[in-house]
Amino acid sequence: MSNSERSMRTALGRVRHHGAAGEGTGHFIAQRVTSIALAILAPWFAVSAALSIRDASYLATIDFLSDPVNAVAVILLVAIGLYHMSIGMTEIILDYIGKPFTRIALLLLNTAVPLILAVGAIFAVMLVNFGV
Amino acid sequence: MAGAPSPENRPIAPHLSVWRWHVTMATSIIHRATGVGLYGAAIGLAIWLMAAAAGPESYVIVDTILSAWYGQVALYLIVAALAYHLANGIRHLVFDTGAGLTPADADTSAWFAIFFAVAAPIGMWALLTFGA
Repeated sequence: MSNSERSMRTALGRVRHHGAAGEGTGHFIAQRVTSIALAILAPWFAVSAALSIRDASYLATIDFLSDPVNAVAVILLVAIGLYHMSIGMTEIILDYIGKPFTRIALLLLNTAVPLILAVGAIFAVMLVNFGV
Repeated sequence: MAGAPSPENRPIAPHLSVWRWHVTMATSIIHRATGVGLYGAAIGLAIWLMAAAAGPESYVIVDTILSAWYGQVALYLIVAALAYHLANGIRHLVFDTGAGLTPADADTSAWFAIFFAVAAPIGMWALLTFGA
């Protein structure tokens, strides 16, 4: 992909299929790949967490997260889930928000919030397992 | 391009207010709405994990919310939204292969996704109430 001035491609040829965001194929594929993982992880979490943590109590929650398989699966759920939802929300923002400043502000927020929450939540699962 | 319509006469995107509702259109909109709802649910999931890691004193807040009637209603709606987003997401993965795109097939699978969203939280409630 050469965008240099010596390129033989026309201006129209260079911008075609790139859309408002400049790219999108990577997001399109990531959205679908993550959805396959979440189609397994999300129902697993909903059912097993509901069955293990019936009374929403602190001890039942710690007990659930202390199981190594549960801890790994919850970390995967958080990491993949928050990435998936960030991509989805990016799509919605690009579709509905026209004002450049609002759009950029929301896109930044939609990048920062899932990232901070994912790191915080994964660190929390590790603290439950390895913390003092 | 002598016969090209002027900008004022060009066909416009189907506005919701003048468009006859049909089920495949509803599934698309509900998919986005449930996606936004699950964004909130994922934020709640991260907060739940961080509260558990922070200790019993902090976890009391989460326990109180989840045990209250509005917390229970929220969990019920989250299960419904997750079930819908899951069923319709799988439907879209099938669409991506090129299958199930005829109007009859798309209508049938659309109704199935809606049915699953209604049935799944009832099934989850039944599992927790009458199950093991």
